[in-house]
Amino acid sequence: MLMYLPHQERLDNEILNAVLAERESADFEHYSANDVKIALKKSFLDLEDFKALLSPAAAPLLEDMMWAAKAAKERYFGKNIYLFTPLYISNHCENLCVYCGFNSRNNIRRAQLDDDGIIKELESIASAGFEELLMLTGEAPAFSSVDYIANACRLASERFATLGIEVYPLSVENYAKMHENGSDYVTVFQETYNPRRYAQLHLEGDKTAFGYRFEAQERALKAGMRGVAFGALFGLDMWRQDALSVGLHASLLQKRYQDAEISISVPRLRPIINNSKITPKDVRERELAQIICAYRLFLPFANITLSTRESVKFRDNAVKFGVSKVSAGVKVGIGEHGDDKAGQGDGQFEISDSRDGEQMRAMLRLNGLVPVESEHVFLG
Amino acid sequence: MKDDLIIAGRSFSSRFIMGSGKFDPELIKACVEAGGAQIITLALRRANSKGGEFLKYIPKDVALLANTSGAKTAEQALQIALLARELGCGEMIKVELIGESKYLLPDNHESIKACELLAKNGFAPLVYMLPDLVAARAMVDAGAAAIMPLAAPIGSNLGLANKNLIEILIREINLPIIVDAGIGRPSEACAAMEMGCAAVMLNTAIATSGDVALMAGAFGKAIKAGREAYLARFGRVLENSGEASSPLSGFLE
Repeated sequence: MLMYLPHQERLDNEILNAVLAERESADFEHYSANDVKIALKKSFLDLEDFKALLSPAAAPLLEDMMWAAKAAKERYFGKNIYLFTPLYISNHCENLCVYCGFNSRNNIRRAQLDDDGIIKELESIASAGFEELLMLTGEAPAFSSVDYIANACRLASERFATLGIEVYPLSVENYAKMHENGSDYVTVFQETYNPRRYAQLHLEGDKTAFGYRFEAQERALKAGMRGVAFGALFGLDMWRQDALSVGLHASLLQKRYQDAEISISVPRLRPIINNSKITPKDVRERELAQIICAYRLFLPFANITLSTRESVKFRDNAVKFGVSKVSAGVKVGIGEHGDDKAGQGDGQFEISDSRDGEQMRAMLRLNGLVPVESEHVFLG
Repeated sequence: MKDDLIIAGRSFSSRFIMGSGKFDPELIKACVEAGGAQIITLALRRANSKGGEFLKYIPKDVALLANTSGAKTAEQALQIALLARELGCGEMIKVELIGESKYLLPDNHESIKACELLAKNGFAPLVYMLPDLVAARAMVDAGAAAIMPLAAPIGSNLGLANKNLIEILIREINLPIIVDAGIGRPSEACAAMEMGCAAVMLNTAIATSGDVALMAGAFGKAIKAGREAYLARFGRVLENSGEASSPLSGFLE
């Protein structure tokens, strides 16, 4: 297992080792329906409860889990559902991840927005009423350098109240630079927490270093970021083990950085350009709902984000029981928000829910929920 | 009898304060109309939002109490207070410095520093805190205008879990003690007022109830009842012994 490349910063590995040890030893067959019922009655769950909720024994109790998750969500978030939209500013990528549309060997239209292009996209998104933006690039420091991303952060933070970034993992110093330029939270997907599977899927580029990626959220917090987001890409490996790893990773980091705001995303594999057969296989909507409930109950304080990878029907129901944050008005291609609707560069994956902000807000209100654009003041 | 709640020289006839963390227009309407709330806390980070839906639901005669939620340090709390002042929220500011994100517990230590910094800058800080007499005294010395201990963790509806510690604050601190967070039932709000709390802050208990307006009304009445009982002073309580109609000492006459 490749943990780091020579140029990469290293932390203490304590959380990484704890997560990998739990993942290795977890036996999900060990839990009974009674263990699940006990977990559902608790206000604060321990790791054993979390494993029980991810176990096969929990599947027949999904309805009960959903009600418990709904109550937990209302306790922390009331009726609020946060809205955001992603902006892809570059799809150049130096990694070879076999499941990703951006991978360096995939024959797609590559593009990177310049200042004018970024500003056009930002203004188009802002005019649709969004106040929270997640800015994304492919992982290619040679194209989207630290300075390029920092400049894009500055442009975005002038127009949005809340700005997150999902870019290649950075050093503490470079995360601090992003923070100085107005970004306040960082999303990094570990994809799978199984180091052997990880190595099979990530064949070239900096992303081959499992440990450096794992510690990205911690470096972001050391750099002063307000919040960090975690996620596994379901469908790459055994989902119970990956969900356990995500939850434990987030929980241990929250213990170490007590005031960190924690978010979790629950993406599943989607078809990509030149490979329409990619699917999550054993993670159907039932399993995805079980994962969301388990996260919600184990980490009731965390935002759970659901992207437009999922269907309209699933998203409309997930906001009722577990999800607290959704994207809308999503364009995964480069430059698709502005005048050139066809865009200049291809997207990372296919989306399932193409509703715009107004349609999402209307859906939330119809369900008695309150759409929240932003409740954040950037404090530096 | 006039019995207003006085905080930093401002006078309120209602002792029902609404927390706005679980923002919902219906909830605001219910708390103001059915519950009689006259103060609504306001996370500045939300008021600042261009979406700004929040403010249009708050009647003009209801006071906005900006809070520093989102700040992690005293300096950041001051930054937010200054922004609130610019938005016209006045000098009263609720100091809310959450020290950890799991249980949403306040950081008393940093809150004391925030009180001092805010008071120096002309604000009247109302401080959300873990009920601790030593910390509360330090907050008073630092310039607090009111002390807001949590009865139980935010959003828990667990009731007056910290009853004894809050009673100590009521006895020892010469400022309004406002129970903030944890109250789940009208009977618990009433009990807090009977103890001598100056006001009760509510949000989740109403937001998560089956009938928001009915529950807001019930809380409004309970807070009033508790206050009146406190002012009336309780009659004696007979504990382990009876009281004879013929006193035992009568033969001594």
